[in-house]
Amino acid sequence: MNDLRDLYRDVIVDHNRAPRNFHRLEAPDHEAQGFNALCGDKLTVQLKLDGGRIADVAFEGSGCAISVASASLMTERVKGLELAAVRALHSEVHALLTGASDGDPRTLGKLEALRGVREYPARVKCATLAWHTLLAALDGAARPVSTE
Amino acid sequence: MSPPHTVSVGALNATRLRADFPLLGRPVRGKPLAYLDNAATTQKPLAVLEAVDRYYREHNANVHRGVHWLSERATEDFEHARAAVRDHLNAPEAREVIFTRGTTESINLVAQSWARSALRPGDEVLITRMEHHSNIVPWQMVCAQTGAELKVAPITDAGALDLEALPRLIGPRTRLVAMVHVSNALGTINPVRRVADLAHARGALLLVDGAQAAPHLALDVRALGADFYALSAHKMYGPMGIGVLWGRAELLEAMPPWQGGGDMIKSVSFAGTVYNDLPYKFEAGTPDVGGAIGLGAACRYLRGLGLDRVHAHESLLLEYATRRLAEVEGLRLIGTARDKSAVVSFVIAGVHPHDVGTIVDAEGVAVRTGHHCAMPVMERFSVPATVRASLGVYNTFEDVDRLVQALGRVHEVFS
Repeated sequence: MNDLRDLYRDVIVDHNRAPRNFHRLEAPDHEAQGFNALCGDKLTVQLKLDGGRIADVAFEGSGCAISVASASLMTERVKGLELAAVRALHSEVHALLTGASDGDPRTLGKLEALRGVREYPARVKCATLAWHTLLAALDGAARPVSTE
Repeated sequence: MSPPHTVSVGALNATRLRADFPLLGRPVRGKPLAYLDNAATTQKPLAVLEAVDRYYREHNANVHRGVHWLSERATEDFEHARAAVRDHLNAPEAREVIFTRGTTESINLVAQSWARSALRPGDEVLITRMEHHSNIVPWQMVCAQTGAELKVAPITDAGALDLEALPRLIGPRTRLVAMVHVSNALGTINPVRRVADLAHARGALLLVDGAQAAPHLALDVRALGADFYALSAHKMYGPMGIGVLWGRAELLEAMPPWQGGGDMIKSVSFAGTVYNDLPYKFEAGTPDVGGAIGLGAACRYLRGLGLDRVHAHESLLLEYATRRLAEVEGLRLIGTARDKSAVVSFVIAGVHPHDVGTIVDAEGVAVRTGHHCAMPVMERFSVPATVRASLGVYNTFEDVDRLVQALGRVHEVFS
């Protein structure tokens, strides 16, 4: 059970059970759909911008505990952030999940909870789905993003 | 509940039979392996591993080419394997057995050779709601190419073919019914003979996707009334990358070749090329000789066990698994048809199948999670995915117990 607890940390279990910012926004400025063909996870991420930062963000959809918790943690973290900082954070999280870097615990903060995912290659795409969808929303992608 | 864990179940001694499969002896994540993903691929017995190894060590040469001893020997082994497949299918003739890369390629062969030349605008191809993507997409492609229409027969809430709706869907424009014999996602065994009779009464042909039937049921393509039957070696204890299309000789003879190249011709000239006879007309290029030999060995292995005994053994396992899983809190079976193969597909309330898969994997229990390449089935039952445990000849009651025990961990993790 020790290994599993490294994946399903308390923060993950909590955010899966009670996802934050899990609703629709009224009149969002940006929106994108994300789809993980492997497990059927589907997410919609919606944004409201104010100047150069994210004023509000929300998500909806269904997915495994890892994808829902990752989306929930993401929305909590990027709300109020400057867009440049959002992109930097996206890179940092992506590198952490894929094992490209160890990530800086000070930058990651609560997102540290996702660290265990890198030991489960089949689950990495679950955790990156929300982040890719967020970027697609910012870039105004016309088609749903896929983790494939 | 005290099932016999170590003695034989049915007429097969699965515990003893496990010694035939070297991989089953390896630990996974520090635990003994309970391999319950047989519908994705089966493990390989020594008889298959050694047959492939012997070919490459002792008889490797190209087939149908050389006059030298090795080539003759390789050709003999290759054709011997074809005969073993004919026996497995109880097919009339070995020349009706065409080696392909697998079920998917077999279906594409029929779609691009027979269907592409036979279908006219307004003709219909009928498939069912429970098909694997490999028996959906090739027909979508050829319908787009020919102007034919693809129709889909519905399934019931239990996951059985809707036999009331079916006859109405096979009409005068229906040219082909393409149907799975055993559903990979639900375990449903379809009434092939009955559908064959309905199709033939309307002048349509029947193609059967037998990928999930070939390892579990005694097959007889003549008694089934099939016109085409497709299978994959790796799902029936043989190697990956090799499979078979069986078709009635008169149909195959009338069909145009699909791929062109060496071995499928009698003579080539710029004035005109003469195609080879069956089965070589459909086997362009150097075939996977080692794979075919492995498939032949797998057919003989299954014949040695006896398909009737295999089915009896797996039916007992299915009954036990169905009963034990009913004890798991919040578990719902997807696929409860009366005639089922040893597949149990399920969801657990409040927990995504992917999480279930990861948690039981930590206990050394290998199951498949996802849509099982049958997205329309998932949609039919309003689930994004399921957990699927699929059983084979070497599985025991203990493997089922290990699964049920591991599922207990799911609530621990999420509580």
